[in-house]
Amino acid sequence: MPAGDTLVLVSESEWGLRAPANLVSKRAVAHWALQAVVLWVVLLGAQGVVWAVSDSPPRWLGYTAVVSAVVGVAHIVVMPLWRYRVHRWETTADAVFTRSGWVTQEWRLAPISRIQTVDTGRGPLQQLLKLSTVTVTTASARGPVTIEGLDADVAARIVDELSATTQATPGDAT
Amino acid sequence: MTSLPAAPEYVEAAPEWGRLDPRMIVVRPLNELLGLLPALFALIFLGNAETWRVIVGAAAAGVIILFGLLSWLTTKYRITDTQVELHHGVIVRRRRSIPRDRIRTVDLTAKLGHRLFGLSAVRVGTGQHERKPGEGVVVLDAVTAAEADRLRKVFLQRTSVQAPQGDAGTRLSTLDKRWCRYAPLSLSGLVSIGILVGFLMNLANELNLRFSEVGLIRRVFGWLGRTDWTTLVPVTAGVVVVLSVLASLLGYLLQNHNYNLTRHHDGTVRVRRGLLTTRSVSIEEKRLRGVALHQPLLLRTADGARLTAITTGLNRQGGSNLLVPPAPRTEAERVAADVLAVSTTPTAEPITSHPLRARTRRIVRAVVPTVVFVAVLYGLHVVADWPSWVWLLSLVLLPLSVLVGLDRYRVLGHALTDRYLISRSGTLDRRTVALQRTGIIGWKLTRTLFQRRAHLFTLTAITAAGNGAYPIRDLGDAQGLAVADEAVPDLIRQFLIKP
Repeated sequence: MPAGDTLVLVSESEWGLRAPANLVSKRAVAHWALQAVVLWVVLLGAQGVVWAVSDSPPRWLGYTAVVSAVVGVAHIVVMPLWRYRVHRWETTADAVFTRSGWVTQEWRLAPISRIQTVDTGRGPLQQLLKLSTVTVTTASARGPVTIEGLDADVAARIVDELSATTQATPGDAT
Repeated sequence: MTSLPAAPEYVEAAPEWGRLDPRMIVVRPLNELLGLLPALFALIFLGNAETWRVIVGAAAAGVIILFGLLSWLTTKYRITDTQVELHHGVIVRRRRSIPRDRIRTVDLTAKLGHRLFGLSAVRVGTGQHERKPGEGVVVLDAVTAAEADRLRKVFLQRTSVQAPQGDAGTRLSTLDKRWCRYAPLSLSGLVSIGILVGFLMNLANELNLRFSEVGLIRRVFGWLGRTDWTTLVPVTAGVVVVLSVLASLLGYLLQNHNYNLTRHHDGTVRVRRGLLTTRSVSIEEKRLRGVALHQPLLLRTADGARLTAITTGLNRQGGSNLLVPPAPRTEAERVAADVLAVSTTPTAEPITSHPLRARTRRIVRAVVPTVVFVAVLYGLHVVADWPSWVWLLSLVLLPLSVLVGLDRYRVLGHALTDRYLISRSGTLDRRTVALQRTGIIGWKLTRTLFQRRAHLFTLTAITAAGNGAYPIRDLGDAQGLAVADEAVPDLIRQFLIKP
């Protein structure tokens, strides 16, 4: 039984399009969780500061703090696991195919012949976890295709492969 | 062996550095000062002539003139065999160069100041998308109109088949005086009145002007104070409507005077228009990826439409992608067919509608914001003592939003021809986009939680031209995947699950 079936929210029903073949690194879960922790610590912290500094903190502050704490914990627990089930990638001889998101999911498909550049980027948290984000840009002004949460070595390999195939493919990519 | 084709007309490229036309020393400050004219006028005539006002005014004019001189001195350009180079900038030096074989569009603009001296600004665009504004674009502001025309020939020459001298082009469309009736059907008049009033109020505030000393204004305010609101509201509404009609007519004429759309032998389509500022935009037909037909609600009631080009290398600033200004829909459709060189325009193609589940989504998405709005007004009534008629009146919006939702579904749809992918959407701002299938350079498929439950998704065509992404909302799962597969063969098929 797949692990996710225990959580109804996380189940990903199939449709006419199959999921890309490869999972992202397991450490990406930790990365997403850390990002969420940072967000909620800031939000709760701000409320804490108001409560500590103000002589007569407003009554509703207590409610918002409780709500933020509950929603925050749920977000930190559910979001990374859900994302890990969704985020996938695949490169074939003529296309890059990715799936990302959680509540709203996004499939991206870019033909190799239209790729202009392939880069990797690593934020501070990602460096800590040895993760990389691969960004594939095409001639479109709207949104490059990104694969986040890849193992740094895997990312480097993808960049090498894609660069090689892109150079071998003719066309001015517009 | 057949004989070789005749060599293209040789237009000499200047390899040494050139400066912009010296008349720009005068023209640039002139254009700036023309824009500041209302402010200067107010400064001098409406205020009391204190010394500091005169000093500030003179200093501002002086700085503008000095800046004009310096920017002429620091700007130089050259056109080599492979590159267009521009060095400019008074405080920060900028060097920009673009490869000539990347040039896709050449856009000539002459503001009023330019026209007095027979000059024209040349804006050269590449197909590159702009990561930051201005990237991939070189603007030579300005050279003589003759030089501008020569540069256009030089830049777009690569593709030319021997262009006859003084090629006037084949006329595709020109302005018809009767089109002016579509001018008031845009909100531009209302918006410009709003901006003008806001600007004047702000100016009056800043300069501490004494409006009350002007007799006319005092009488108007006196009348406003005395009159009952039952006459005040209709009179004000009437005045605003009349003024906005006049303003939009004026705007239409200013922008579209002498509008002219022509096709030229060098493989370009050229749009010329404008009264005070004239624009001439050349679009390389090879780079044209499609057209969009815009029918906003008001324009639609008179069966009017606007046509824009979807092309690489043009940004949307200043409406440089406009092909037909507000005009009869039939005219816009005829031009669309002509420009795309097809017999009937793909935008008039019969549209396939989406599953009924999409209708529920359209209605929900139209009604929910209205419900929230009404609830907020009700909340304000309870908490902040707002009068109850406010939220009661807003209840009218609920049935209206249901109607909007129904109409959105009625309009929503897509079509596929052998060359174009067509999508139509929108009630308030209806648009029909026809995108060349070969111009699609990727797909984005978006499924929200609710879309997944309803077995719908949004298919977005990614392209290098225009907006860069053109969505088709709420396609049925199987329907949408079939469209994506058919529109771009051999891309998505490898990932489809065979039934």
